[in-house]
Amino acid sequence: MTEALHELSLRDAAARVRRREVSSVDLTRAALARVAAAEPAVGAFLTVDADGALAAAAAIDRRVAAGEDPGLLAGVPVGVKDIICTAGLRTTAASRILERFVPAYDATVTARLRAAGAVIVGKLNCDEFAMGSSTENSALGTTRNPWDGKRVPGGSSGGSGAAVAAREVHAALGTDTGGSVRLPAAFCGVVGLKPTYGRVSRYGVIAYASSLDQVGPLARDVTDTALVLEAIAGHDPADSTASPRPVPSYTAALQGGVRGLRVGLPREYFVEGMQPEVEAAVRAAVADLERLGAAVEPVSLPHTEYAIATYYLIATAEASSNLARYDGIRYGLREARPSLGETYEATRAAGFGTEVKRRIMLGTYALSAGYYDAYYLKAQQVRTLIRRDFETALARCDALVTPVAPTTAFGLGEKVADPLTMYLSDIFTISVNLAGLPALVLSCGVDGAGLPIGLQLIGRPFDEATVLRIGHAYEQATEWHRRRPPG
Amino acid sequence: MAITREDVRRVAALARLCLEPADEERLTADLDHILEAFARLRALDTTDVAPTAHVEDFGALLRDDEATNPPAGEEALANAPARSGRHFRVPKIIE
Repeated sequence: MTEALHELSLRDAAARVRRREVSSVDLTRAALARVAAAEPAVGAFLTVDADGALAAAAAIDRRVAAGEDPGLLAGVPVGVKDIICTAGLRTTAASRILERFVPAYDATVTARLRAAGAVIVGKLNCDEFAMGSSTENSALGTTRNPWDGKRVPGGSSGGSGAAVAAREVHAALGTDTGGSVRLPAAFCGVVGLKPTYGRVSRYGVIAYASSLDQVGPLARDVTDTALVLEAIAGHDPADSTASPRPVPSYTAALQGGVRGLRVGLPREYFVEGMQPEVEAAVRAAVADLERLGAAVEPVSLPHTEYAIATYYLIATAEASSNLARYDGIRYGLREARPSLGETYEATRAAGFGTEVKRRIMLGTYALSAGYYDAYYLKAQQVRTLIRRDFETALARCDALVTPVAPTTAFGLGEKVADPLTMYLSDIFTISVNLAGLPALVLSCGVDGAGLPIGLQLIGRPFDEATVLRIGHAYEQATEWHRRRPPG
Repeated sequence: MAITREDVRRVAALARLCLEPADEERLTADLDHILEAFARLRALDTTDVAPTAHVEDFGALLRDDEATNPPAGEEALANAPARSGRHFRVPKIIE
C-alpha cells in the first residue's frame, strides 16, 4: 500500500470512495490491519466484526459502481460504543450481565450510520453501563490511553476516544451522560461532541440515566465531527424525546470565524487544585479566540459547586430504575435458583460490577420512602437552579469556554479506590448534561508529560453550529489537532 | 446522618441485590461517605423552585396510531437464558 488509508480524514476518505479512487473494501482492510496492529497496546475494542465490516464495505462499493450516492459517510470505517445496539452483533454494555447479548435490532443511530454509508468495524469498550470516568469499570477489558499505556483513556466512552486517537477508525460514536464523550476526547486528544438533549435519538441505546443520556460523535477534527453529527441527528418516531427541529448542515455552518461572537468565561471553572498546565492552556486558547476576533467576558455560574451532588443523585436514581430490567428472565445472564426472587437477586449480584451496584444502591436509597424529598426532589430543584445559571450566561454570550477536566489523563488504578475522587473528574462536564446543552471538546495544548489538554465550548440549546464554528476557527489557527500519539 | 448496615440491607432488598457481607460493609462506608458529601445540597434554599425532571422544550410527541411490528417470536426469544418452546422458562411461582 502506497499510502496509509487509515490516516485519511473521514471526509477525505468518503470523498475518495465517492470518486471511486479508493474502495470501501480497501479502507476497511486498512482499518482492520490498523486495529490488529494497535489493539495489543490499546484494547479499545470488545468485539471486532471483520466479516460484517467487509460485507458492508463490499455493498457500498457495489452501490458506488452502480452510480448510487453512498451517503454522507460513504464507505468509511467507524466504531460504535458497546452500549449502542447493533443488530446481530454482540452488545454488552461492558457488563457480565449482557456478555452474550445479541440485539434483535439496530439502535436508530446505528441504522443512521449504516444508511449514511458508514462501515461498522466493531464495538468499543466503555465503563460498565457507561458508569465511570476512566473505562476501568468495564467488566470485559482494559483500555489504555494511546498517548501513555499506563494511563486511562477517560470514560465512559474510553474505547471510542482511544480507537479514534490510535487511528483504528476514522470516527466513533460514544454516549455522554455526565461527560462520557468529552472526557475521553480530552484525555485522548481527539474531538468529541455532546449534542443538545433531544438532538439525537436514544432508541436502542442501553439506558443509564434517561433524562441525561445523549449519543455523540468522536473524530479526529471538528469538520469530521460535524459530518457524523449531521448523519445521526434528527427526530425519530421511536424516541419521543428526539426533537422534531430540522437538522441543519453542520459542515456548511463551520465557516465564518469567531469575529463578533461573545464568549463567556465562567469563573467557577478555574478552581484551586487544577493542574497548572491545564489552566494555562485553556487561558491561552481563550487569548487565541480573542485574537481571532471573539469578545471574551467573565460570567458566573454560581451553582456549579452543587453540580456533582445533583448529578450523582439524579443519575443514580434514574439508573436504579433503568437497570431494574436486568432480571435474568428474557435475556442476559441468569443465575438459576429455586425461586424467582432468588434468581433475580443472584443474577444481579453475579452480573453487575462494583460501581454499578454502588450506583443502584445510591439511586434506590435516594428514591426510597423517607428520603425522596431530601435527596431526589432536592436534586431536581437544584437542577433547575443550575439550568438557570446557564440560561442567564447564554443570554449574553453565544458560547462559554471552559476546561474539560481539572487534570490530564490520570494513571490506571489511581482513582479506583475512592468513588468520590473519581466522580470529581466530571466536575466541569456534568452541569452541561443537567442543563441539556451541547458542548464540543477539542485539543488546546499538551502537558509536560506530552498528554493532551482539552478545551470545552458550551453552546445554547440546539446551537451545535456555533460551538462547531468556534472550534473550527480555533482549529484552523492552531496545530494541536495534528498531533498524534506514538505507535 | 450516618448510613447503617441495616439501611444497606433494606436498600439492597429493594434493589433486588444479594450482597456478600464484605459488599455490605464496603457499601455502608461508601454510601455514608458519598451522602455526607452530598449533604451540602441541604444548605441551599430551594423554596418555590420547581423541580426539573426533563429539559425538553417541546411537548409529548406521539406517533400516529398505526400498528408496527417490533421483533417478536424467535427474535425475541433468541437471547432467552432458558426457554421452553415459544416461552421464556422461569422458576415455578404458583404452588
